[in-house]
Amino acid sequence: MTTLDADRCACGCTDAPCFVDALRQLGRQRFDELGWPTRRDESWRYTDVSPIANTQWREPGDALPADVYPADVARFAIPDLDAVTLVFVDGVFRPELSDDASDLGAGVTCTLLPEAVRERASWLDGRIGTLTSETDDAFTAMSNARAGELGVVLHANAGARAAKPVRVLSIASDPTPVAAHPRHVIIAGKGAGVTFIEHSVCLADDAVSFTNAVTEVFADDGAKVEHYFLEQDSERAFNVSTLAIRQGASSDVHSHTILLGGRLVRNNVMPTLIGEDAHCLINGLYVGQGRQHLDNAMRVRHAAPNCRSRQHYKGIMNDRSRGVFTGRIIVDPVAQQTDAIQSNRNMLLSDDARINARPQLEIYADDVRCTHGCTTGRVDDELVFYFRSRGIPENVSRAMLIYAFAAEGFERMSLKPVRRLLAAEMIAKLPGAQGLSIELD
Amino acid sequence: MSNAPLLQIENLHARLADDPSVEILRGIDLTIRPGEVHSIMGPNGSGKSTLAQLLAGKEDYEVTDGRILFMGQDVEDLGPDDRANMGMFLAFQYPVEVPGVSAMQFLKAAVNAKRAFAGEAEMDAGSLIRHFRAKAEQINVPFDMLKRNANEGFSGGERKRFEIYQMAVLDAQLGILDETDSGLDIDALRIVSEGVNSMRDGMRGFLLITHYQRLLEYIVPDFVHVLVNGKFVKSGGKELALELEQHGYAPFGVHEHAAIAPPAGASA
Repeated sequence: MTTLDADRCACGCTDAPCFVDALRQLGRQRFDELGWPTRRDESWRYTDVSPIANTQWREPGDALPADVYPADVARFAIPDLDAVTLVFVDGVFRPELSDDASDLGAGVTCTLLPEAVRERASWLDGRIGTLTSETDDAFTAMSNARAGELGVVLHANAGARAAKPVRVLSIASDPTPVAAHPRHVIIAGKGAGVTFIEHSVCLADDAVSFTNAVTEVFADDGAKVEHYFLEQDSERAFNVSTLAIRQGASSDVHSHTILLGGRLVRNNVMPTLIGEDAHCLINGLYVGQGRQHLDNAMRVRHAAPNCRSRQHYKGIMNDRSRGVFTGRIIVDPVAQQTDAIQSNRNMLLSDDARINARPQLEIYADDVRCTHGCTTGRVDDELVFYFRSRGIPENVSRAMLIYAFAAEGFERMSLKPVRRLLAAEMIAKLPGAQGLSIELD
Repeated sequence: MSNAPLLQIENLHARLADDPSVEILRGIDLTIRPGEVHSIMGPNGSGKSTLAQLLAGKEDYEVTDGRILFMGQDVEDLGPDDRANMGMFLAFQYPVEVPGVSAMQFLKAAVNAKRAFAGEAEMDAGSLIRHFRAKAEQINVPFDMLKRNANEGFSGGERKRFEIYQMAVLDAQLGILDETDSGLDIDALRIVSEGVNSMRDGMRGFLLITHYQRLLEYIVPDFVHVLVNGKFVKSGGKELALELEQHGYAPFGVHEHAAIAPPAGASA
């Protein structure tokens, strides 16, 4: 287990242990206690992580920097999106491929995490790790142990609005396995507004990567945060991503997750609503083919009265792929007038595709509205007949119906260029959809 | 040439694909020539809707004998999309809601599928919109309906009007209306009927499938066929519909609602 060997603080602090170092020590301890999760762990019942545990991973930066050029980065651009893009290749920041992050607007700062630990400690002390240190998840513990080494901090002062989204583009280029543990910290002060995009891609279909990313979001009172996770790893990649969110009063956080790639993906989204009248939207789509395994674990915790949460997750599984959805809603005794809705809908495109879905409601308050719904089905034959009876060939009929199922969630996204990119990606994935033109407004 | 039949059904026998013991159609013969309006009337369970869906190519039914010719071509190996692209149109009794696909996107795909079938290029966006607008006026459908997801949240009347609108947009040569009148109030029935009548040009053919005579007051048929238990028991002109209106299906040995209110004196 080489990944936890690092014992000095990567932030470069030379004084007595800094706050990051304390988190790292805690992480090491916790991981030693927990060990790699097994299928006996309730949270990992459907997902076998032994391929991750059994792989010899290299550290980012152990090898010479990969040959990646601006033209490669351009391939992964989101057309028409004006964003600050920061590029990481195999877990190494590449300034020459990245945008200048200085023009995000007054009061909004984006910087690399190690730099922020050194120079902006006041932003991070008391924030970083507070949403993850008491984890019972071994991957998060591992991330704590590696905190401060890699990642991005996006900070908005009270009332500041970011002029454009920040996009972290992670490119896997290396067929030799590289593990990276990025930690991103998003801090939106009172009434601030920011948009953060994590975009994970591969340069080669055989790129083997293990990304264990933890993103902590602090949305102070009245803040608005929109977070996107666009996962397009190779089908040999492993990706465990955790989005931990703390929401103050009247804050509004939207999380959009699209899982398209990866051999084994675990997507954790964990908002805690600690201030009254906070709103949270969790929007997701996972599309599997081949032998992909896509596991989604939601945990929404209502810890204040009068909050609203919405979970809308959809899965489309083809071939021998497997999807998992665990949707947990915890309503604390104090969280009266909670309004929580969870919906998980799945479409199976082949006989061998599988879905495991389980809603888990823990409600300790008595005056709440919590609903959940879960469906799994196939493309509706009656609808296919209806389409065909209008002359639309069967493959196009199916493609249109699958596309429509997937695209419903796109409409919840504020960034139209992201919607258009996803529409194109979906159409490219659908057999028979070549002639399909569906405009998005 | 111009008077060659649109549709010829010869000695058609069909059963459920899933349950071959259930024979639904037991020897149907029907010829529809250009310009003709035929009506098939029959009680519940007589096989009316089966015939409509079978003609459109639904795979739930298996033809065991006889054949169907559309435009002179045996349709046995043609899928529903091929039949539609050749000019057949089925207006559904229960049009299904299409989540996530607007009526406009749906019809655009259908129009372009038909053009591809005919070896023609896709219609450009401007021409398509003009075509949609012209037909919306002809069928008396609000153009805004096209922006909504097809049939989603449509009232019963809106759904039926949208069916007729689709038939017009796709320029169908043979319109099969499966109980289009069911669930419609008089106003909706009138609008739907006017839409159909606006398409009667002496060339198109129509097959109206209905339980009740009411629809035929608005769309006057040339021929009426009474379907009972999978067979035509009588054929005639439009006056046959009136006869049915007066006497019901009883003269053909059918006692509807008999299970609820058996005629006096009936014994088991």
